[in-house]
Amino acid sequence: MDVLASLLQGFATALTPMNLMWCLLGTTLGTAIGILPGIGPALTIALLLPITAKLDPTGAFIMFAGLYYGAMYGSSTTSILLNTPGESGSIITAVEGNVMAKNGRGAAALATAAIGSFVAGTLGTIAITFLAPLFVKLALLFGPAEYFALMVLAFTTVSALLGSSLPRGLTSLLLGLAIGLVGTDVLTGQPRLTFDILSLLRGIDIVVVAVGLFAVGEALYMASRPDMRAGEIVPIRGSIFMTADEWRRSWKPWLRGTALGFPFGALPAGGTEIPTFLSYFLEKRMSKKPEEFGKGAIEGVAGPEAANNAAVAGVLVPLLTLGLPTSATAAILLAAFEQYNLKPGPLLFSSSSTLVWGLIASLYIGNVMLLILNLPLAGLWVRLLSIPQPLLYGGILLFSTLGVYSLNNSTFDLVLLFLVGILGFLMRRYDFPVAPCIIGLILGRLAEAQFRRALTISQGDASVFFTHPLSLALLIIAALVFVGPLFYRWRAAKLQSVKAAG
Amino acid sequence: MNRRTLIASAVALLLAGGLSLNLASTPALALDELRIIAPAAPGGGWDQTARAMQEAVQSGGAVKAVTVENVPGAGGTVGLAQLAGQEQGKDNVLMVNGLVMVGAILTNKSAVTLENTTPIARLTGEYEVIVVPGSSELKTLADLVAKLKADPGAVAWGGGSAGGTDHILAGLVAKASGADVSKLNYVPFSGGGEALAAVMGGHVVAGISGYSEWEGQIKSGELRALGISAPERVAGIDIPTLKEQGVDVELANWRAIVAPPGLTDEQKQALLATVDAAVKSDSWKKVLAAKNWTDLYLPGDDFTKLVAAENVRVTEILKGIGLVQ
Repeated sequence: MDVLASLLQGFATALTPMNLMWCLLGTTLGTAIGILPGIGPALTIALLLPITAKLDPTGAFIMFAGLYYGAMYGSSTTSILLNTPGESGSIITAVEGNVMAKNGRGAAALATAAIGSFVAGTLGTIAITFLAPLFVKLALLFGPAEYFALMVLAFTTVSALLGSSLPRGLTSLLLGLAIGLVGTDVLTGQPRLTFDILSLLRGIDIVVVAVGLFAVGEALYMASRPDMRAGEIVPIRGSIFMTADEWRRSWKPWLRGTALGFPFGALPAGGTEIPTFLSYFLEKRMSKKPEEFGKGAIEGVAGPEAANNAAVAGVLVPLLTLGLPTSATAAILLAAFEQYNLKPGPLLFSSSSTLVWGLIASLYIGNVMLLILNLPLAGLWVRLLSIPQPLLYGGILLFSTLGVYSLNNSTFDLVLLFLVGILGFLMRRYDFPVAPCIIGLILGRLAEAQFRRALTISQGDASVFFTHPLSLALLIIAALVFVGPLFYRWRAAKLQSVKAAG
Repeated sequence: MNRRTLIASAVALLLAGGLSLNLASTPALALDELRIIAPAAPGGGWDQTARAMQEAVQSGGAVKAVTVENVPGAGGTVGLAQLAGQEQGKDNVLMVNGLVMVGAILTNKSAVTLENTTPIARLTGEYEVIVVPGSSELKTLADLVAKLKADPGAVAWGGGSAGGTDHILAGLVAKASGADVSKLNYVPFSGGGEALAAVMGGHVVAGISGYSEWEGQIKSGELRALGISAPERVAGIDIPTLKEQGVDVELANWRAIVAPPGLTDEQKQALLATVDAAVKSDSWKKVLAAKNWTDLYLPGDDFTKLVAAENVRVTEILKGIGLVQ
């Protein structure tokens, strides 16, 4: 079907009153959690999963996508006014944005962030619209061998990028892999690591692990710290209508940020953080007045804020067409698809075209809603930050418990939830990133199944991974990604020693 | 969705009110409430069957409140364990099950089997199709059988979970063709179109699934259906049966309803009467038509015999495949 015809169909779906409501709910909630530090889209969607299990999937995904976009809008507000990023994708925004706010140009910083997010979000959505169908054609060429190679590529990048310390990232990843092994083996139907516990036969639910690690773990961690509030909110000053000069200085960074963010989002483990850093340094290098950076340069807000929104759009392309999660939130979204027994992949576009195109159309609508929600109402949103943390996290704990129980009406799941929650707390306390665990849990299951399927089809001949051209290409890229940084570091060290010797 | 439920319950109430006069003359069923266990997550076939049964029983008005309880996990054996355990002897509980559970009990080495239930009736079923990609060199079932006989390992079958209906059919076809069942090369995929993508992309040689799931692709020519596992041609489906092509296999992925163990004969007859009335209701017939389910209603002792026969057949084939020792 023609892309534009499909998109129009999608708008027909997205513009129904119910779906508009889901979109509004998602974007509003997204903005709110974006503003609140520590509560991210992955946590929120994980919390909402059990509650939405009985909803129509189209409505639920429209809400989730709106929430994901909204979190990126909202997080800039906290970065600018509180000098604390609402989400990790807005870390760099705080550098220039908070200085601007202190210099009385807070409103302009908020405006360039919101409009930049809108521009990037909309351009990114246009890119999804036209790229996704192309990806779908490509994806049918993917058999088990190719999928396994793709998972290998995802693995090489995941653990290295998601934490500050490699051993900790790997530990978390391996933990996820181990949890993923529990349950009935997909290929032979035999129980593994179930310790004769009947409830473990169906495996450990990804939702339970996600809610446990993100929500319960985070709540316990917050409760363990006596002093939870820090930082000073800078009141918004200045006009939200940017001056001609500010527009002139903003539009190029927006476009460059979009161009950086989208492909990074689509790459395995590219995520939202790296493109924002790259965008910041790119703007600094391209600026005619690099000395202004660090003193409130508007380009340093405009570029990264566009980049993080474009990255979110990019994340959706491999998620929808290949079923490949490239960020923690995408991993949770994949769990959401599983919950509805939907399999993201090339056939999703034909078997659930209403859902997919309704979702894509809703992203256009969501962006408009978010611009309206964020620009004039920024002052209102900031008040969220005055909610006492104990109430906030108490509520989260309550919702996680209720939600997980309602999933399967199983008390066993509740016990599991709190065990995982304690694990999550310990990981947070001792600085182990939790995202690789979730990604390991999801990718590990997939990678193992695809690996063994490929070998079953080839009757045990392992050369399939190297004789299929696509699979070989992916494995080579994975090897380069793995070896590249090591080589680079080695060369840099050698150059240093040569210099030192000279 | 809420509104729909509201209307549905309003209609049910009206019907109940209208029918109460008639009911006075028929023997009253001493059931205030009935719980139907769907041993699977919401949305799947067993859940849909349980909910259709819920509406059908409710529409008859014989039971005041009918609820559905989802107890998912392990091919339904988690639900089965609950039925045979804590629900034992209760005459107001039913559970949906099916052919898949027969296999799951064996592969999971479940301590509880279908013998620990009181069989009530088989309700519906669906026949399976064997397909190849539209571009495949295999034109007929005979081509596939020849390839299978020559080298069973060379035919990679794509289908649903290990030990499930698709896997069982692959084993039965290999056996009926005289191929070595222990060399069956079956590749299980998890649900939701993954197997379909593998067949369409030509990554496996042949695919097996319930007919309705792949109907669209078969009609569009992307998949070529080689045979259907029905005993005779199914009206409206232009696919030859396996039997008429010389492969003596028929298999229905049936769904049924059972009660807890430890019931008296009277209690069993009362439940049977409730289900019988529900199956004859308009509500049930509408669901069958809407969901394209084949009516395979088989109550009482005949169903008990069927379960025993299927158990023998499935055990034999899963042992042949090597999934069960």
